[in-house]
Amino acid sequence: MDGQGATADPQLQHFIEIESQKQRFQQLVHQMTEVCWEKCMDKPGPKLDSRTESCFMNCVERFIDTSQFILNRLEQTQRGKGGFSDSMLE
Amino acid sequence: MDSFGSDFSSGGSGGKMDTGTIMEQVKVQIAVANAQELLQRMTDKCFKKCIGKPGSSLDNSEQKCIAMCMDRYMDAWNTVSRTYNSRLQKERARL
Repeated sequence: MDGQGATADPQLQHFIEIESQKQRFQQLVHQMTEVCWEKCMDKPGPKLDSRTESCFMNCVERFIDTSQFILNRLEQTQRGKGGFSDSMLE
Repeated sequence: MDSFGSDFSSGGSGGKMDTGTIMEQVKVQIAVANAQELLQRMTDKCFKKCIGKPGSSLDNSEQKCIAMCMDRYMDAWNTVSRTYNSRLQKERARL
């Protein structure tokens, strides 16, 4: 009987949650690789030298820092000024 | 392509797949989608790095450049993946 939907099946529900989480991770890796490639890679050589590798690692950390910074500041501006009105619409 | 119809009992979609099969198939589709995404971005980046003014074919230096670029892109991808994973674990440890 196909009476129950996918959401009633706990096994499927768990699977969906796990795979969704994995995909969010993968998508961010794709995105950061692309962004950091622009910042860190000059001419592709025979191997990834340590300076370039450090650049990529720093790039990832700073990208995440930026994301957190934006979220935190957004939260602050909303709390302090009662919404976007002052900072966004000007 | 009528080979499916006769073997299953009557009804709309023929046999019913169990949850395990569905999950495996979804995993495969996800893996394929990720591979496609990777290849698409890699092609874009390596084209930009290696091809100047497009000629009538890919010359040897362009091909060598693309080959190296592919490897470096994979190195970069793996570095990003590792770094991101470590960062996530660090963040989770803080909570």
